[in-house]
Amino acid sequence: MSVISISRREELKRLAESAKDKKALYGEDIDLSVFEEPEEKESVDEISKLPPEIQNIAVSSGIDITEKDRAGSFVQLDHSVIYQKIQSAYKGQLEIMSTTDALEKYPELEEYWWKAVRVDQDKYTAYAELHPVHGYFIRVFPGQKVDRAIQACLLLQENAKMQNVHNIVIIEEGASAQLITGCSIAPKVKEGIHIGISEFYVKRGAKLVFTMIHNWAEGFHVRPRTGIIVEDNGVYINNYVLLKPVKSIQSFPTAILEGENSKAVFNSLIYGLKDSVIDIGSRIILRGKNSAGEAISRAIVADRSKIYARGTLIAQNDDSRAHLDCRGILFSDEGMMYAIPELVADKSPKSILSHEAAIGPIAEEEIEYLMTRGLSKEEAVSLITQGFMDVKILGLPKHLEDYIRRMIELTQKESM
Amino acid sequence: MLVIEDLHVEVGKVPILKGINLEINDGETHILLGPNGGGKTTLLMSIMGLPRYKITRGKIYFKGMDITNLPPNERAKMGIGIMFQKPPSIRGVKLYQIGEITLRDGNDGDKIRNYAEMLNLINHLDRDLNYGFSGGELKRSELFQLLCQRPELVLLDEPESGVDLDNIALIGNVINELLNKVDRIKSRRSSGIIVTHTGYILEYVNADKGHVIMDGKIICHGSPRDLFEEIRKYGYGRCVECL
Repeated sequence: MSVISISRREELKRLAESAKDKKALYGEDIDLSVFEEPEEKESVDEISKLPPEIQNIAVSSGIDITEKDRAGSFVQLDHSVIYQKIQSAYKGQLEIMSTTDALEKYPELEEYWWKAVRVDQDKYTAYAELHPVHGYFIRVFPGQKVDRAIQACLLLQENAKMQNVHNIVIIEEGASAQLITGCSIAPKVKEGIHIGISEFYVKRGAKLVFTMIHNWAEGFHVRPRTGIIVEDNGVYINNYVLLKPVKSIQSFPTAILEGENSKAVFNSLIYGLKDSVIDIGSRIILRGKNSAGEAISRAIVADRSKIYARGTLIAQNDDSRAHLDCRGILFSDEGMMYAIPELVADKSPKSILSHEAAIGPIAEEEIEYLMTRGLSKEEAVSLITQGFMDVKILGLPKHLEDYIRRMIELTQKESM
Repeated sequence: MLVIEDLHVEVGKVPILKGINLEINDGETHILLGPNGGGKTTLLMSIMGLPRYKITRGKIYFKGMDITNLPPNERAKMGIGIMFQKPPSIRGVKLYQIGEITLRDGNDGDKIRNYAEMLNLINHLDRDLNYGFSGGELKRSELFQLLCQRPELVLLDEPESGVDLDNIALIGNVINELLNKVDRIKSRRSSGIIVTHTGYILEYVNADKGHVIMDGKIICHGSPRDLFEEIRKYGYGRCVECL
């Protein structure tokens, strides 16, 4: 039973009810009534005891099933939390549980529940409140530097179903952590929808590197809703990787830099394939003195895909600065890319905001140059593309960086 | 090593080279002189096989093989290498990676670092290829790639342009290394064609033959120093009389 006060619960319910038919500002409107909610499933005590099919799909979204380089893991399959564990060396540094359990355990969670994301933002946030089904709660205790990544895996196994989760991550004062979330589906899942609410709180002097790897299907819709609040001297780094086709995805995470010297960085590597409609943005609101932001996006449009790359920097403090860097390559004459950089200086005449956005083909001159060094035309295009989708910008541990680089190579080979 | 017969080349349907004949033997270094727009760079690009330089007539033979229709990568693999005057920058591709790609005798990290050190480019190895490089750094980056590649025929397009005096000596030394100038004349294998505007490079690199290209034709051959001396005194105006 949730320990959130009755009055707050009633208020949230009322707000959600009022927004349950509210269309999102961006992206195709999805009729949620056509999707069913899956059944609850049994949990396991070891990842290796999960069915091989589930293990395989977890691996495909960057999850390490051996847990060798992980501090802890959380796996949710459809609507069921089937695995959660903290490696023994990390007990006392962090906690991992479902948000359902956390809401029962901690009354103070009311301070975080729907505080970084508005419950009445649109029909997807409203749905998540009215049909709550877990998600992960991760808290890193004050001053703890978790030196191995925490992994969370959100999987969908059944066709034409809906998965909705509500995640809360709190990095307490002076703590630091790296969280990798892989989202994926079983091969038999052709259509469905994933709604993911994520609220991240980076406290004073804390740091969170959050990496999301999406691995969906051609008939699958995705509507993440993410809010981040960063306090004094806090750092939040958001990496987003999408290298598989999807029916549609629309996401516009917002980082609010409340604290002095706080910082947020958004990096995205997006490969648009088949008929994917991808609408990905990042918004940084600079409120704290000397707060700083950066948003780097690299997108490749192949096949008939459409990519909308949004970026909004809003300065609300004089001593803030931020930069947007959005670049795209169109490989197909049937694809489309739309880059929308926005800079807003709100009562902050001394803030410095900048952007560079460019869409264009790979320059022939670059291909020919590499050919004079001995590469074939295909090899030259491949090298330039891999350089364009520069995994190093993500600042990931080497094994994950190598994994994403291999995924990009594979995606590129398949798409050419 | 290289034989060019009656070479005609167009760029964007505009005829640039109009019947070039040239022969370069093993171990020889040739200098190409001539006014802007005369066809010097076009000749180098045509030897390298860049697709924008369309060969409409004539033949190019390298080591006895007709390479007229081969793509640049095949020519590079056969042993032709080029130093561009204005190389493009490629973001995301690191200088170190190009070192690995161009090393003809297998990947060798020590060799890459040695060559980078020789050219004061150690701190550039992890940087995007040619991105934000100064004029001198661009030249050194090009030579670094050639050192890794070790071509038998080295094409150098204005190696000294935009380079300060300190760097010219360094560049001259590396070109001598590429052209085996340190070896005995008889055992020299690598050949080179150097396009130069200023002739400064001749202070550091000995060339065997010189040619003046004007209006797409080689109008004059001779000793490189004599040719350069004449051009310095009289400009290319006097060469026009030979057209």
